[in-house]
Amino acid sequence: MSQRHLPLWEVFVRSRRGLDHKHIGSLHAADAEQALLAARDTYTRRQEGVSIWVVKSSDIHASQFEDEGAFFDPAEDKVYRHPTFYDVPEDLKL
Amino acid sequence: MATPAPHDEQARFDAVIAADEKIEPRDWMPEKYRRNLVRQISQHAHSEVVGQLPEGNWITRAPSLRRKAILLAKVQDEAGHGLYLYSAAETLGTSREEMLDDLLEGRAKYASIFNYPTLSWADVGAIGWLVDGAAIVNQISLCRTSYGPYARAMVRICKEESFHQRQGYEIMQTLAQGSPEQQAMAQDALDRWWWPTLMMFGPHDADSAHTQQSMQWKIKRQSNDELRQKFVDQTVEQAARIGLTIPDPELRWNEARGHYDFGEIDWDEFQRVLGGNGPCNRSRMRDRRRAHEDGAWVREAMLAHAEKHNRRAAGAAA
Amino acid sequence: MSDAHFTYVLRLGDNALVLGQRLSEWCGHSPFLEEDIAMANTALDLIGRARMLYSHAGRLEGRGRDEDALAYLRDEREFGNFLMCELPNGDYGFTLVRQYLLDVYHRHLYAALTESRDDELAAIAAKAVKEAAYHARRSGDWVLRLGDGTAESNARCQAALDELWGYTAELFTPDAVDSAMLEAGVAPDLATLRTRWEADVLARLAEAGLTVPADDWQAEGGRAGRHTEHMGRLLAELQFVQRAYPGQQW
Repeated sequence: MSQRHLPLWEVFVRSRRGLDHKHIGSLHAADAEQALLAARDTYTRRQEGVSIWVVKSSDIHASQFEDEGAFFDPAEDKVYRHPTFYDVPEDLKL
Repeated sequence: MATPAPHDEQARFDAVIAADEKIEPRDWMPEKYRRNLVRQISQHAHSEVVGQLPEGNWITRAPSLRRKAILLAKVQDEAGHGLYLYSAAETLGTSREEMLDDLLEGRAKYASIFNYPTLSWADVGAIGWLVDGAAIVNQISLCRTSYGPYARAMVRICKEESFHQRQGYEIMQTLAQGSPEQQAMAQDALDRWWWPTLMMFGPHDADSAHTQQSMQWKIKRQSNDELRQKFVDQTVEQAARIGLTIPDPELRWNEARGHYDFGEIDWDEFQRVLGGNGPCNRSRMRDRRRAHEDGAWVREAMLAHAEKHNRRAAGAAA
Repeated sequence: MSDAHFTYVLRLGDNALVLGQRLSEWCGHSPFLEEDIAMANTALDLIGRARMLYSHAGRLEGRGRDEDALAYLRDEREFGNFLMCELPNGDYGFTLVRQYLLDVYHRHLYAALTESRDDELAAIAAKAVKEAAYHARRSGDWVLRLGDGTAESNARCQAALDELWGYTAELFTPDAVDSAMLEAGVAPDLATLRTRWEADVLARLAEAGLTVPADDWQAEGGRAGRHTEHMGRLLAELQFVQRAYPGQQW
């Protein structure tokens, strides 16, 4: 098909005040305004949200599968970052 | 992007599957796994989209305003589910346009059930009760599928679908408790939709081309025959409760198996409809093609407008 | 309660139902999937609005007619919707230009009706005005996109506008019912409504490169039950099951 394609957008919805926007899905739209309206019509039909972000999929930069080892494994041995690592009197409020 | 050594990647992929974890879009995956998924997810998406048509046939004729609103919301959900599924398939590197072309040019399949006509209002009830009931059995199983985006789409779809079957059953129940004409309408719909619904689960496991590999990869979690049995077992009681008769003389409880036995599906009919010769195959595809072709100028125009708008914005910024 | 009050609310319901019925015909047939979903949302809002207005009208009338009796068991001459609502959908441009003209109308109408002396109507309006604001944003966005899109889309929208414009006069021509309701503080002044509507619509049409037709052809009669030839078919389809099997529960 020789036709140009409608760009893909990622949709993030804040389900209620106080919470982060969370990725909920994607859709096709010609531009940001249309993406926003389509996101409202597609992803908030059951009161799923109070705020919407749309981001062009091609604008997202992601870590790659082969980065996984180098990016995330080095955090494995930093157990001292977690509160349970420490030995303190159990009956003490701390 | 550097190509990692295939056997390491294969081992990692196998380990993820073995550990019941999810494969995600940017992960390495065997090419066949990818192709298998694109085939299954896009087929599923096409089914939702084509599935709008038989029920859509009754939106303008729904017998009360309450029913009209419910049916419209329900058919709209099918469109939404098609969209979620196309999105999941797109994460595998196949665009929605390619998938749509495959459908419209007859290369892709969709659920054969939608090649049967909706002839009375009771058909809307029967589809919700039986067809959505069967779909839910299948989809609940797919919530545990190994591909992350597909599993997440299925979770959302299952949540939304939960009202579809109930509204269908409610329609059947109302008709079954109504006038003799309404009761006859309900029974007639059950008679026509029962066997095609059982066919939705696909061929017997022994004859299913894709089942074994799909089970190994945990794309499918339960086999066609297991799911079909589950559906029959749960539906018998539902039919009895509203006094409708399932059109199968061989249907009976098997104490030893702990399941209902049921008659053999007419596999010739199954193959015939699958092969394009069901009552509505041609009109369904004609409707889809027409919508796509009639909409071409709209899609062209919105892209043209967005480009003009961007150029103007860039010009203003410069 | 007067007959005029009942008729006024009933006609608002008729506009919502007949337009919602037309929009619902797009379900599964629109230019792309996102639009199938969006168009159905607007149709659902309109059908929901019709239900509330019919229920209210039925109570005002006090003869035990519920929403379905009013939707399914009245004949063509008893429907008082604007002719524009009942016109066949045409192409997507025609549907959206019509939608825009009516969405802006409804946005201003229901904004005014939130201050109606009919408390229940005011409560319905408070809900409807939010829906109409969204509908108008969406259809207005489409009018701009299609008017200012390609040569073909502009021509199609211009043809739609040429066809539809003559049906807009009816939106602002008060009859005895409107005048009585204005006097009773139930309904707003249509002249004010027209000023607001024109300010929005004319600006958007100009922005979209669309020209208001110069001819003075006008069609009226919907609110008096004198419809186009399309209305009978629309009702035949809408009412078919109830007419074929009278008196049943569905």
